[in-house]
Amino acid sequence: MKFWRKPLDSDQIELPHGRVHIIINRCKGCGFCIKYCPCQVLEFAEEFNRKGYHPPIAVKPEACVNCGLCEVMCPEFAIWVTEDGNRGQSDGDEEVTNESGR
Amino acid sequence: MSREDNSSWLKTGPHYWDGDYACAEGAIAAGCRFLAGYPITPSTEVAERIAERFPLVGGTFIQMEDELASMAAILGAAWGGAKAMTVTSGPGFSLMQENIGLGVMTETPCVVVNVQRGGPSTGLPTLTGQQDMMQARWGSHGDYEIIALSPSSPQECFDLTVTAFNLSERYRVPVMFMMDECVGHMTEKVVVPHLSKIHVLQRRWYRGKKERYRPYVPGKDLVPPMVKAGDDFRFHITGLTHDERGYPVINAACQSICVTRLVDKIKQNADRITILDEDRVEGAEVVVVSYGISYRVATRAIALARDKGIRVGSLRLVTVWPFPERRIAELADKVKCLVMPEINLGQVYLEMERVACGRCRTKLVPHCGGWVHDPEDILAAIVEGAKP
Amino acid sequence: MKHTNSQADRQIADGKHHPLEPYLRMDRIPHIWCSTCGLGTCLNSFLTAVRNSAIPRENIAVVSGIGCTGRTAGYVNLDSFHTTHGRAIPFATGLKLANPELTVVVISGDGDLVAIGGNHFIHAARRNMDINIICVNNFNYAMTGGQFGPTTPETARTTTAPYGSFEHPFNLPFLADSCGATYVARWTALHVRHLTASIGEALERRGFSFIEVISPCPTVYARRNRLGTGLDLLQFYHDNSVIKNGIDTRECDIRFQEQLIIGKFVDEEKTTFHDTMTGYLKDAVGEKYVPYVGPMEMPGNGD
Repeated sequence: MKFWRKPLDSDQIELPHGRVHIIINRCKGCGFCIKYCPCQVLEFAEEFNRKGYHPPIAVKPEACVNCGLCEVMCPEFAIWVTEDGNRGQSDGDEEVTNESGR
Repeated sequence: MSREDNSSWLKTGPHYWDGDYACAEGAIAAGCRFLAGYPITPSTEVAERIAERFPLVGGTFIQMEDELASMAAILGAAWGGAKAMTVTSGPGFSLMQENIGLGVMTETPCVVVNVQRGGPSTGLPTLTGQQDMMQARWGSHGDYEIIALSPSSPQECFDLTVTAFNLSERYRVPVMFMMDECVGHMTEKVVVPHLSKIHVLQRRWYRGKKERYRPYVPGKDLVPPMVKAGDDFRFHITGLTHDERGYPVINAACQSICVTRLVDKIKQNADRITILDEDRVEGAEVVVVSYGISYRVATRAIALARDKGIRVGSLRLVTVWPFPERRIAELADKVKCLVMPEINLGQVYLEMERVACGRCRTKLVPHCGGWVHDPEDILAAIVEGAKP
Repeated sequence: MKHTNSQADRQIADGKHHPLEPYLRMDRIPHIWCSTCGLGTCLNSFLTAVRNSAIPRENIAVVSGIGCTGRTAGYVNLDSFHTTHGRAIPFATGLKLANPELTVVVISGDGDLVAIGGNHFIHAARRNMDINIICVNNFNYAMTGGQFGPTTPETARTTTAPYGSFEHPFNLPFLADSCGATYVARWTALHVRHLTASIGEALERRGFSFIEVISPCPTVYARRNRLGTGLDLLQFYHDNSVIKNGIDTRECDIRFQEQLIIGKFVDEEKTTFHDTMTGYLKDAVGEKYVPYVGPMEMPGNGD
């Protein structure tokens, strides 16, 4: 995480971890989430989804801080984050759903 | 508010009221507790009466910024659960047409009072007319059926306003209450019956399970039950062509289902809706078909004709729309002539002519508006019609 | 502890379902809005505010007019009304007065609310009607193909202003403010955090609130003006928006592709229409006054 101005207590702050969920077939490829993710977690996928758009994929899932900006910016309700408590066990893969998206 | 505790809201007993006041009291008796309006002659007295009375009977009156807003507001109020009414005259009625269409499409019960004056445009603000009858029928765009009533006296302004509300609740359609300046400003004895003698229909609420609710699943009579906002039905209504869920479906198949039912729910129930007032129609050679103030004038002409030995009957259209096709067709087979006086140059007459379809003669007694007919003109038409 | 809608819906916030799904008519998703249009983001912010709000969901009603934004009412899983062009505010007025318990939100476009519906807008603000207006401003009539509207900046090109618009546009916060709105804010589709918070504030408070959301229309407005996609316009908002809370709304004019002043401009207490009416009539009419009792309590003896 990049700080513009480093908080004085930055070494005491424990960064939260988030898990990104994407319903790829609901996406219309606007790229809002990719561009405005503060941790650059997302990128456009090479593949097309069922609608013919490039959905996002989490290329750096471990960097997600569960801020939820992607979730509230997404015009299609296709991406959201949940708190990921045990980052140690899972290696922070994003969860991709193909089925329920329309 | 229980009815027993607050019976004073109903002014039971005889009064000396004009038609506008009687209409306002009829609305109160019918349970109307929301009125949105905009001042316009000659309907303003209805709103004035309501503005004075509503704070005493638990109603909300709001004077909106125009008639477009008034009509939209009563639709909103109806979906908020209130019985709602607006009141206007010619030019305002024109402005309301758009949202009358929304009321038809969304099947919103409400009453629109039009105290008619002479037109077109600003026309004769203070003088009478019956020139909005076809506008009441066809004023908003698209295909639809409508219910319209026409009172002939202040007493009927009271009684039929209650009926108008009942019909709008029964068939979930905006009901046009087509008064005219003469009836609105005519002062006569009006007797408000005891509460137990006034038949008031409650809204037909949906009683099924919440999760199974769909806004436009009709009953056997083609009318769906209603819900209101705030009860967790989370329903959607739209002016777009919609399916049973109320969701927009923009195609010909859905349009056919949606519009056909809107039309059929009135057409198929027409006999139940229609109210006619007949006098000596059996055996008559001429029948005068009239409505509103023209009926009162026609009564004089009919009496004069009977003095001349002509067998004249009277058929009064209490409900003008839906047009009583069946009854007019029956009469057309039996009489020599159907005569219709109306304070316009031929509107409802066209329907009569269409239904009579050459089986008898039809005669229009037109009047441009501004005043009522001379009974002699109607008499002349009756005499002419009685000729072999 | 305050109950919020999000607690009620906690069970659904898992890895399979978007947390806003209980607030959406999922049988109508995907919506009709174009890729990179800002309307989905505005809807997302609104529903996030509803979810975070303590107001029970069944007490919130959404009224829309006609247009791209007008379609919003069709997607929210709330009591929702898609009315005629320009008439969302008077419809909402009737709804609110008939059931004062409701929180009524009007979500519609700039053309709908301040051109064809302009008269209703100014009078609802004047009366301080207790309704919340979310006006999504995309600077043109998008549903009909991109004609100029009451907010189109001068010189911007539209299908009916092929040489550029030469009309003076409305400054919406100033319009709302001068008509008596008690809460006035402007955000963009990029400022989702502020927007969500602002909508949340508006929902909780009483009185006429007005929130303008500058939102990209990639398909018609941006294309005709060669402004790129919605994503490019978000970048433009990012580079050119200046938050000036509390600034005089007269300074909020928008010029074509110039600085955007955003923020919360007005937040003041004033008695609402309903409270004024009931309070006044109570004094004026005295003991005989019977306040409106709400729906269902209507006299009747038939069935």
